[in-house]
Amino acid sequence: MTTTYGVLALGPYMALLLVGFLPNEVWRMLGILVARGLDEDSELLVWVRAVATAVLAGVISQLVLTPPGPLADIPLTARLGAVTLGFIAFLIARRSIFIGVLTGEIALVIGALVFSR
Amino acid sequence: MPAGTKPPMSYFAAFREGMAVGIKSVFTYVIFGTFIGYGALCHDLGFSLMWAWLSTVLVWAGPAQVIVVSTLGSGAAPLEAAIAVSLSGMRLLPMVAALLPIIRTPATRWYNLVMPAHFTAASMWVEGLRAAPALPRENRIAFCNGLGTNMMLIALAGTFAGFELAAKLPALFAATVLFLTPMSFLVSLARNSKELLDKLALVLGLVLTPVCVYLELKLALLVAGLAAGTIAYAADRIARARR
Repeated sequence: MTTTYGVLALGPYMALLLVGFLPNEVWRMLGILVARGLDEDSELLVWVRAVATAVLAGVISQLVLTPPGPLADIPLTARLGAVTLGFIAFLIARRSIFIGVLTGEIALVIGALVFSR
Repeated sequence: MPAGTKPPMSYFAAFREGMAVGIKSVFTYVIFGTFIGYGALCHDLGFSLMWAWLSTVLVWAGPAQVIVVSTLGSGAAPLEAAIAVSLSGMRLLPMVAALLPIIRTPATRWYNLVMPAHFTAASMWVEGLRAAPALPRENRIAFCNGLGTNMMLIALAGTFAGFELAAKLPALFAATVLFLTPMSFLVSLARNSKELLDKLALVLGLVLTPVCVYLELKLALLVAGLAAGTIAYAADRIARARR
């Protein structure tokens, strides 16, 4: 494999296996290995859960602050405002995920229309 | 009846229970919307529908899939693309390691854990971690497989819809479907955070990650996650010791 050729030189399906499937799946298989040594009531598992939650929270931050593709075209103020309003609505609506997501989405559309002028 | 005292169901009944929980989950709408965006992206970058479907089945992680199509579509170097995918996939390790000890039994063999590990992605992890402990232990793997299968079928339907509609989708719609992921992850993590540990890990992860990215640390997401998770764990342990 040489880095001077485009990935598609491998053929789209071979590229999917080598570039998409394997580098991603290896972490799941390592997860199986790590889980073997973990007892359900162990302190280590509590720590692993905290790290997993924190990493997922980090993904949320990154998707809002430095988003991929078309979401980046919406101003940062609108993205931050929408996620904040969605979260407040979620709390007010007695922790309804549906209300939170719906409010956030509506706020994003309104924000995009207002701030991009 | 308290958790774990119900008599076990058949594999098929537990699998169906997992699918039913999946259908009722808000993630059904989120996944459908997200994969409309993914299907449209695949179409626009010149991939076939079969390729788009296969990538959803094999990779099964939204952010990694977006990296795969955009790097392959732009003709980036294979090694660079593989490293980018691998970096985004690292978060799956602690998720899998946290879920499996809760769903396995002493009789479980390692190959029984391959499917639940493959189905582990943010949405399945959040719902599985919440719902599986209420089931008899013998049924939890089948339950997670049903939940994951349901979510994957919804994703394949979304990929198809996005692929077919691609040319007709307005730009603002593409932005709103991408926003579904962070918005739904945030509120569902918050809903599942009943203990101090989860609340602290959530808040610290949200705050420390942009700080680490701003400081241009290597592996910022992982460094921030390890730091935030460890601080949350330490604080929770001190709080537990005082009770």
